[in-house]
Amino acid sequence: MTVSRRGLLAATAAVPGLMRVQDAQAQGIAPRRGGTLTTMLTPEPPVLQIGVNNQGPTLVIASKMFQSLLSFTPALEPIPVLAKSWTISPDGKEYVFTLQEGVKFHDGQPMTAEDVIFSIMKFHTELAPRARAVFALIESATAPDPLTVRIVLKQPFQPFLLMFDASACAIVPKHLFDGQDYRTAPAVQRPVGTGPFRFAEWQRGNFVRLERFADYWKPGQPYLDAIIYRVVPDSQSRRLAIETGQAQLTQANDIEPFDVPALRAKPNLEVNVKGWEYFSPVSWIELNHRVKPLDDMRVRQAISMAIDRNFIAQRLWFGVGKPATNPVASTTRFHDAGAKVAAYDVRAANALLDAAGHKANAQGVRFTLKHLVLPYGEIWSRLGEYLKQAFRQVGIALELESTDAGSWARRVGAWEYETTINFVYQFGDPTLGVERTYVSTNIQKVTFTNTGGYSNPKVDELFATARGSADPKDRQAAFSAVQKILCEEVPQIWLMEMAFPTIHDKKLRNVITTGLGVHTSFDDVFLTA
Amino acid sequence: MEVSKLLGFLLRRGVKAAVVVLAIVVCNFLLVHAAPGDPASVIAGQSGAADAVFLEQLRRQFGLDQPLHVQLWIYVKSVLSLDLGFSHRQQQAVSLLVLERLPATLLLTGAAFVFAVTLGVTLGALAAQRVGKWADSLITVVALTFYATPLFWVGLMLVLVFSVWLEWLPSFGMSSVGADLHGLAVVWDVAQHLLLPALTLGLFYLAVYARLTRATMLEVADQDFVKTARAKGVPEGRILRSHILRNALLPVITFAGIQAGQLLGGSILVETVFAWPGIGRLAFEALLARDYPVLLGVFFCTSVMVVLFNLVTDLLYAIIDPRVEVAG
Repeated sequence: MTVSRRGLLAATAAVPGLMRVQDAQAQGIAPRRGGTLTTMLTPEPPVLQIGVNNQGPTLVIASKMFQSLLSFTPALEPIPVLAKSWTISPDGKEYVFTLQEGVKFHDGQPMTAEDVIFSIMKFHTELAPRARAVFALIESATAPDPLTVRIVLKQPFQPFLLMFDASACAIVPKHLFDGQDYRTAPAVQRPVGTGPFRFAEWQRGNFVRLERFADYWKPGQPYLDAIIYRVVPDSQSRRLAIETGQAQLTQANDIEPFDVPALRAKPNLEVNVKGWEYFSPVSWIELNHRVKPLDDMRVRQAISMAIDRNFIAQRLWFGVGKPATNPVASTTRFHDAGAKVAAYDVRAANALLDAAGHKANAQGVRFTLKHLVLPYGEIWSRLGEYLKQAFRQVGIALELESTDAGSWARRVGAWEYETTINFVYQFGDPTLGVERTYVSTNIQKVTFTNTGGYSNPKVDELFATARGSADPKDRQAAFSAVQKILCEEVPQIWLMEMAFPTIHDKKLRNVITTGLGVHTSFDDVFLTA
Repeated sequence: MEVSKLLGFLLRRGVKAAVVVLAIVVCNFLLVHAAPGDPASVIAGQSGAADAVFLEQLRRQFGLDQPLHVQLWIYVKSVLSLDLGFSHRQQQAVSLLVLERLPATLLLTGAAFVFAVTLGVTLGALAAQRVGKWADSLITVVALTFYATPLFWVGLMLVLVFSVWLEWLPSFGMSSVGADLHGLAVVWDVAQHLLLPALTLGLFYLAVYARLTRATMLEVADQDFVKTARAKGVPEGRILRSHILRNALLPVITFAGIQAGQLLGGSILVETVFAWPGIGRLAFEALLARDYPVLLGVFFCTSVMVVLFNLVTDLLYAIIDPRVEVAG
């Protein structure tokens, strides 16, 4: 399989949302140079150097300063960024990237193949668990010339390209990191990338200011003079900020879902839930299979049938995101729409629990479970309250426990919970983002592994087949089979294909143009007069 | 007051204060580490991906692989040499992080403090003078209303009125970012941002001062020396100022001393609602992130302030009321 840039462009031209600047021009709106975008950042990250810290807010702000070889459309097709073009050998083991000419880092040094190789082989491999897992497959990375990178894999790995987004493998300057401790190097405090905006100022607890990088490699871009990220810790204050025009953009967790309907009604604001296709987080009730009777498949099926996912999507999230009926998000590759969990049916759920021998006592309670409420905002407490009601309908008493982020991470990592809520990014491919939760080889005392402890040799085998196959057809077959098994055995109770509202002033154009949404460089974003 | 006596007092109190602060440092250290979870697990939880290597790297970097008593010893040693440590999470010296936030907090709490004391004492005095009349009732009702209302709610309501409806004042932050202001324009800009949070915080304490002043003034007004002064024909205004108010101020000063000690702690609620970049939020966020050195650093600074202001209050007593002598 060889993919040329020309073929790629032909493929992507059909994708709406890609050619936004041109679209805007077609509507008679020429991009306007100038203006400052004020937005927000929640919560404030500890450091802004991507790689050293990969929290959500860090990705939002760092993607303006750092770029990678590619980005992705909403359909997860690659878009050239620092790589002008690329080829993949027919055996799926050799990747050759041709880099953009004239790309400079913010300190004026040119970006070359050496920086790319350093970023892949050293920087991210050493720092980031996700990169470490995939880049371990690289046999060699070489630079035949300063604008060419040749990577040879030990075995074919079809989702490899998905690792070259800025959020996964930002290209960092080798000359500022090589030979130092990457976490403590001075550049961590003043990030230097190739992006359209460069770091200007950070007053902790107050704001981060990025300014236009005049030597950016795309002529005439970026359009904005500066982007200011204000740190506003209270969600109601953030809502006021966008309502009163003190900020022109909110993203990710800035606005609670229950505030979205009121903001949708504002004529000067646009609410968009697209732009999360690459991450496609799926949320679930995480069950600890070591706690009886959660090891019993019938009990898990009953719990799954007791949950009204439409209610959750419409009444708790107000239509931001949609019900999940499968472990693989519908926006992720290899999602099989044919595999679905059983529909909401309280009577059938009760019948299953009866059949499993869980008799109700005089109060109508079959058994009691503890639920560790996810401490990431009020919406999760509301979800906990709903689940308590839903579980009670089938005779399960759910006891809610509150905690803070530190305790939550420790307890889930140590398997010290009965049920909780969890959600993880899927990164476009089940091998990258779904497999980790279900294969028995990944049962670890670490958060975001298979902490639930589900184990099925057939599932392990199918995920392994999909991981190692070079042919998408073979992978689809394996993923379809595994989705069917998982929907039958419901190791975790999937709730929502999550999305987050991006709310912006209508004067701000081109905010969501890719499957990465607000995690892109914003080099084509502009403010109309 | 003799100078040697004062010096002796200060020396004795200084030694006591040092012991108290050291004990606080040790207690804080143990308490903070007793909370479940550690910074590495928090970062792993926030990053959405982790493996055992990642956790181990972080714990080693943060010094968490050492036994607790070794960590404590290292921390006490560095505090004794006035080094508050290093936040590995934020890659910054703790003293730097604290100093960066200190001006914002002192400005906010200082403004609220001055507002609360001056207006509170004045209103309290007015109420005492007109006890039982409508002005007294009005002041009491208003003061109690603000005292009983949750701070964040008062803050949100002020924002609703002055930022959303009237559009007079900004609803959050400490200054206009990127406006490129100079000189007096900066002062004016900060003052506009300061008004609502300082008012919110001040209104709460105002009630305490007003009630306290009113109660003690009424108590003093009944005493014999006031009656004597009145019998001697001293003008009513002077009786109020020199005889009643001055004697009534001692409890107020006691309370102000306690509050002044807490100025550094800021107010997490007000700082959060108004996105004020102060030290209260720094501490709260450090707690959530298990950023131990930062949390301990803030605790250390606040405990030093409390001890210091207690000392100042004791000295002030002696100045306001010469009958009170300093003794350690």
